[in-house]
Amino acid sequence: MSASGLSADTASKESGANRLRRHTTLLVIVTTAIIMLAVFPTVAQPYYVTLVLPAFAYGIALLGFNLLFGYTGLLSFGHALFVALGAYGAAVLTSKLGLKSFELILLVSGLTAVAVAIPVGLLAVRYVRIFFGILTLAFGMLFHSFLFKFYDLTGGDTGIRVLRPALFGNAFSELDKTAFLIGPFYYYCLVLLVVLGFVMWRIVHSPFGLHLAAIRENSRKAEYLGVRVRLFRLAAFLISAFYCAVGGVILAVNVGQADPETAYWTHSGELVFMTVLGGFANFFGPLVGAFVFIFLKSELMSLTQYWRFFLGVTLALIVILFPRGVMGVAQDLWSKLKSRQ
Amino acid sequence: MTAFFDILLGGVFHAAVLFLVAAGLQLVFGVQKIVNLACGSFYALGAYFGISSVNWALAAGLPPWMFLPVLIVSGIVLGAIGPAIEALLRTIYARDEAFQLLLTFALVLMFQDVLRFFWGPNPQQLGNLANDYGRLSVGTFSVSIYNVLVIAASIVIAVGIGAFLQRTRFGRILRATAENREMSQALGVNVRWMYTSVFTLGTVLGTVGGALVVPTAAASLDMPVELVVEAFAVVVIGGLGSMRGALVGALIVGLMRAAAITFYAELEILAIYLVVIVVLIARPAGLFGKPIE
Repeated sequence: MSASGLSADTASKESGANRLRRHTTLLVIVTTAIIMLAVFPTVAQPYYVTLVLPAFAYGIALLGFNLLFGYTGLLSFGHALFVALGAYGAAVLTSKLGLKSFELILLVSGLTAVAVAIPVGLLAVRYVRIFFGILTLAFGMLFHSFLFKFYDLTGGDTGIRVLRPALFGNAFSELDKTAFLIGPFYYYCLVLLVVLGFVMWRIVHSPFGLHLAAIRENSRKAEYLGVRVRLFRLAAFLISAFYCAVGGVILAVNVGQADPETAYWTHSGELVFMTVLGGFANFFGPLVGAFVFIFLKSELMSLTQYWRFFLGVTLALIVILFPRGVMGVAQDLWSKLKSRQ
Repeated sequence: MTAFFDILLGGVFHAAVLFLVAAGLQLVFGVQKIVNLACGSFYALGAYFGISSVNWALAAGLPPWMFLPVLIVSGIVLGAIGPAIEALLRTIYARDEAFQLLLTFALVLMFQDVLRFFWGPNPQQLGNLANDYGRLSVGTFSVSIYNVLVIAASIVIAVGIGAFLQRTRFGRILRATAENREMSQALGVNVRWMYTSVFTLGTVLGTVGGALVVPTAAASLDMPVELVVEAFAVVVIGGLGSMRGALVGALIVGLMRAAAITFYAELEILAIYLVVIVVLIARPAGLFGKPIE
């Protein structure tokens, strides 16, 4: 699967001045976005602010997911498995073990997801394309049925409650649930998104990232050139699992409950939907996709009970007409504007 | 002992219906290399439409015992949507597999609400119509005749598909196109028309499968997404693209599910996925599929 946007990102032969100019523009845009997000809670209604939290969560999850999909070329239909692991990790740690430290929850859930991703990944990266997709779907559903059926362990179809975590030791018990979510928790997650986003940027622009792109473009050739294809695919798989788990933790804290439907294959499908909606060939595509999807879904749900239909139509339109997603359209418009000057 | 036989027959019945859907999946994948996530949606559509058809037919004065042919006909009639959907999928044939998969996922989303729009959010069923066919008692065994009829219908269809693929000219051309599309085109085969026919056939198999199942199970909005997983389990175990694989895979999944429900209910669907994973480890191409690189 060719994603020329990504190749251009990493292996450009443009002049130093151009690159500096491009990076400066990028930095300005990103900083503006961060500032806007930081200011958002003070100007918007609480309802819309609570929508941004899932957008943060999915944004982080999709950063990881796209490392596997956009950069390595592997389409997983089971990554909701890791999101669910994050959610249930938060639930088990807060409800059943009484451990409230958010940092601890993030770390433990993330590492658990990586631990689970090792056997799953070892198995899955032996295959490509459709078999990879089906295998990951099977693993995702395996976890779902485990969550669903083993009532005593997992709470069955109701799931497990997630209690409020403490951010850097402070539980903000003086704030009620909404105030906590749109206040300290919001900013914590924003910072988390920025930090994890920065880490992912470094990963993607490192030699490791270049290797992934090479594997995506032509895995045989890469192997011939000495790249250890399976190992790198596995590494990408593990990193994506970690990011998805972090997203899952945020989602679970936001909702207050971890439930098995988080692991269902259609939720994995939504992850892919969001990524393609935003644009898988662009670093920021998945982030844009997460925000657009959350807001689109929320608006559609308030307009009609047949919102799934319109979401489906949106996806169909994206796939047929705008395969490079929102960022692809934006990039096209930008280059049209520039060529006019 | 009766219980055991009932379970066995229940498993084979489920396998029969699964086979129909899986056969549709295999045909479409074999020729067009598309994995149709919406196969479950066709199945559910067949189920709902079957219920409506039978209710309509009964209200129009049809004797109750004739409901089986009505179900089959209603399933076949639904095949009319096949060409329309294939035309939609045609827009992205040249693209990467991921997009084809995503487009069929979009169909799943759309169909969920189409079903909701026409039939509402509550599960629907045909009551105990299946019992109208009564039970057959042989000694100490007693089986539901409806189940037997459906299994028989499935076998007939299986044999029919086999004969069709092996003996008829169209079947040969179909197999040739599945193996090498460009060559087929070069030799003058109207591939476009072939794609439409194959997809329609695959759709009909799915809708008939769904129609046949409604006397024994309720039609619900969960059907589309739930069936996909079982259908995929079948084609993975049997091997993508193989009809024989669809048959064997369906039997394995159907019987396993019946056994699991009886002995260890929690393990029911888990067992199927475990088998899928084991098969994928041991023999990634499935039991009858072509080996992948």
